Amino acid sequence: MALLDQLWFQNTLVLIGYALVASLLSSATKGERWQAASSRLKRDYVGIAAFVVIVLFVFIGSMEMIRLPSNEGRRTLLDLVTTGIPQEKEYAAPMATHAFSVANPRPLNGRHLLGTDTLGRDTLVQTLRATRTALIIGGLTSIIYIPIGVLLGIMAGYYKRWVDDLIQYLYSTIASVPEILMLVAILMVLGKGLGTMSIALGITGWVGLARLIRGETLRQTEKPYITAAKAMGQSDWKIITRHLLPNVMHLVVIKFVLGFSGLVLTEAVLSYLGVGAPIGTASWGGMIDASRSELSRDPVVWWNLTSAATALFLLVLSLNIFGDSLRRAFDPRQT
Amino acid sequence: MIEIKNLSIDFGRGADRVQAVRAMNLSIAKGETVAIVGESGSGKSVTGLSLTRLLPEPPAVYSTGEILVDGNDVLKMGTTDLRKLRGGKIAYVFQEPSTSLNPVFTIHTQISEAIRLHRTDVSSIDAEVESCLDMVGIVNPRGRMHDYPHQLSGGMQQRVMIAMALACRPQLLVADEPTTALDVTIQAQILEQLRMLKAQTGMAMMLITHNFGIIGGIADRVAVMFRGSVVEEGRTEDVLRNPQHAYTQALISCIPQLGQRRRRLTAIDHALL
Amino acid sequence: MFAYIIRRVLFSVPIVFGVMLLTFFLFFVIQSPDAMARRVLGPKATPQTVNTWLHNRGYDKPIIVPRAAKQSFADYLLISRSWKDSLFIHQMTRLATFDLGSSDVTGRPLIDIFKSGALPSLLITLPAFLLGLMVSIGFALYFVFIRNSALDLLGTFLCIALMSVPLMVYIIFGQWFAALVLKYFPAFGFHMQGMSTLKFLLLPVALIVVSGLGADVRLFRALFLEEMGQDYIRTARAKGVSSARVLLQHVLKNGLINLITMMVASLPFLIMGSLVIENFFGIPGLGNVLFSAIQAPDFAVVQASVFLGSILYLFGLILTDLCYAWADPRIRLH
Repeated sequence: MALLDQLWFQNTLVLIGYALVASLLSSATKGERWQAASSRLKRDYVGIAAFVVIVLFVFIGSMEMIRLPSNEGRRTLLDLVTTGIPQEKEYAAPMATHAFSVANPRPLNGRHLLGTDTLGRDTLVQTLRATRTALIIGGLTSIIYIPIGVLLGIMAGYYKRWVDDLIQYLYSTIASVPEILMLVAILMVLGKGLGTMSIALGITGWVGLARLIRGETLRQTEKPYITAAKAMGQSDWKIITRHLLPNVMHLVVIKFVLGFSGLVLTEAVLSYLGVGAPIGTASWGGMIDASRSELSRDPVVWWNLTSAATALFLLVLSLNIFGDSLRRAFDPRQT
Repeated sequence: MIEIKNLSIDFGRGADRVQAVRAMNLSIAKGETVAIVGESGSGKSVTGLSLTRLLPEPPAVYSTGEILVDGNDVLKMGTTDLRKLRGGKIAYVFQEPSTSLNPVFTIHTQISEAIRLHRTDVSSIDAEVESCLDMVGIVNPRGRMHDYPHQLSGGMQQRVMIAMALACRPQLLVADEPTTALDVTIQAQILEQLRMLKAQTGMAMMLITHNFGIIGGIADRVAVMFRGSVVEEGRTEDVLRNPQHAYTQALISCIPQLGQRRRRLTAIDHALL
Repeated sequence: MFAYIIRRVLFSVPIVFGVMLLTFFLFFVIQSPDAMARRVLGPKATPQTVNTWLHNRGYDKPIIVPRAAKQSFADYLLISRSWKDSLFIHQMTRLATFDLGSSDVTGRPLIDIFKSGALPSLLITLPAFLLGLMVSIGFALYFVFIRNSALDLLGTFLCIALMSVPLMVYIIFGQWFAALVLKYFPAFGFHMQGMSTLKFLLLPVALIVVSGLGADVRLFRALFLEEMGQDYIRTARAKGVSSARVLLQHVLKNGLINLITMMVASLPFLIMGSLVIENFFGIPGLGNVLFSAIQAPDFAVVQASVFLGSILYLFGLILTDLCYAWADPRIRLH
């Protein structure tokens, strides 16, 4: 695992991840369908606002993803930016000057906009740091489930017969196990971690996409242009990549955005159940979980829950709104 | 009975606005049959639906004009009056009988719904439904009236639609492409049925079609619609025999004539019109 | 109809078999029984205890074929016998006969654990399911009635916002609000004592309903709106049927039939309870059983839950078809 410990290798992996997502998005932004959709999107100001929020989150999360050389443990771009924020030893309320304890409050090293957590870490920084976890779960899972879902969906819809039967059997089997149970079972065996969580979410996630793509492919293959392409002697591979793929890509992009929001929410639940983000990794789910004991204190420590829940809510809401805008832009008949 | 004056209907607003009907004028007298002929998108169906404000608003917007039914403007009516008008005074038969009947209710339920709404005097609903079905030529109406629409053939479904429309004794029947979705032999039967029913009841009829071939012998007058306006109007024989407008001539030349050998049908060149 | 059910059950067999294969692969191949034993028994367990534990549950059997068996031709002849004595066959026959086994931690038979947890789970999930369905349908119909108005737009936005809040936040807020501010509902706990059980149920049920509201209202609204665009709705309006009656008669019945396909399948699964809710409120249902099993870890419970879950789901699919045939006059089961 020496390679994985190298900074340049980790940073390259991050870049490859971004490149994969970017290529997915760019492949969908071609052709007439996208032009019609983008002109509608430009007039959808709520959708644009949501997109801006998403970009902001991606920017913050990326800062936490890029690692810098350091002598002591993990150091990221976000650490560099936030070096000025002092470390405390215990809870501190938002903007308080003294520590959060009733008996004998000590003066703090500095003020904290959103307070600190039980280890004295700045809540705002922790909340921003957790964006990375959400992005990794959403991004990595998408990189896993989208190729599988698209490939199997198109194959089932295009080749029909036994290929279709086999793929349908495969996804019926996975779909027959309730999703949360499946995730828990896989994660219990594979262990905690962002990578294992993405794998587990990928295994359950492709089913919905494959179903969607299969249906759309079946509809497309009924159309004359596919028959025409076949009559012209085009190879199956060409028909799939040249004709079918561009005609289902918009569904993939919509599913990617809406699926992303679902993944962020599921991450929070899994982290809460104790099979999600490993201890020491900042995650909104973990922060919400930790806040249960904070709420039973007197006076209540509310700021960690509020910060994590608000950040999570904002990202998921923006993704949902933007995904909805995309869907309306691509298919204006639906309301 | 019906007077449409300077009627304009738009779909959408602002940049997306499309004019479906432009400054249209048309009248239908009591007991008269008027055919509205035009290609798809010419605004003929929109006109038919506008008579009782059935177009979904939005996107439809009635921008100018009035629609007078017995002197009352439909566009100014309240919902209660509109509902009395719909089905009661003006009834509809639509193009696609298989989707126009509600699949989850029996035809008895659907016809009796209309009777209950408009004819509170009827004491025996069952007998009335039976007589309606009998009137449109359905054999064994008592046995069939508890069938669901999918249990009937296309022609039978359209007869049920007609029975439902006539159940409330309307003064005007709007038949919007009533035969387009049917086989040719059934088309003739349904048209014959409509002609007979019209003679029996003395109601007026608005026959909306794209096919000049079916209006002879049933329509008294014909109005030809093109791009939302009436481009030609007159007695059916006159228009058929001596069409004035180029579009009418083009439409009439589209009717396949028996015994005529023609390799292809004339296409209408819109640039020339 | 009877023949249809039999056929559907038979069609489900390969899927159940697939799930059995999947769990076997997950629990006994990806993770060796040895590693499982160590995680269950903890790091301090001696090799002696590990071996006893494995032997007691039959996990010390060869997974499929003993590796040694492949060494000579003579051993190959014995494969048929050793094969039958493998962990794989042992596990498969166990599940196929609905023998769920016993807990890794307490050793209690799982069937007893599941039986005792089913009722508390159902007491929460069944009312929540029915109430949620009614409330969502009501809101969805109302939004369709006032469609394209400002209020409808606001409603759609609120639905998206409701969908974007994680369940835990609903629960934490609900507990804080109902128990600490209103001081009426107990924030925690569960006692089955006749009518007083009700007050323990109210808050969890309300929270499940509210947390599912956004997604359901949006889904149902889209569903009903699609019905609104159908030709037969135009026919009904052309007859002079009022908007309210069009909605409550024509749209609702057609929409409900479509709703069945989405909702009935999840009905049997209600028995498994809600993981997060039951844990937060300390309800001794199946959700909590699973939660404890995750923390323990107790692999036997998770494996059995996955198996049961898939059976329940497949049962739900058959139930869906039956309801569909019963509700939609166009469907006949052959």
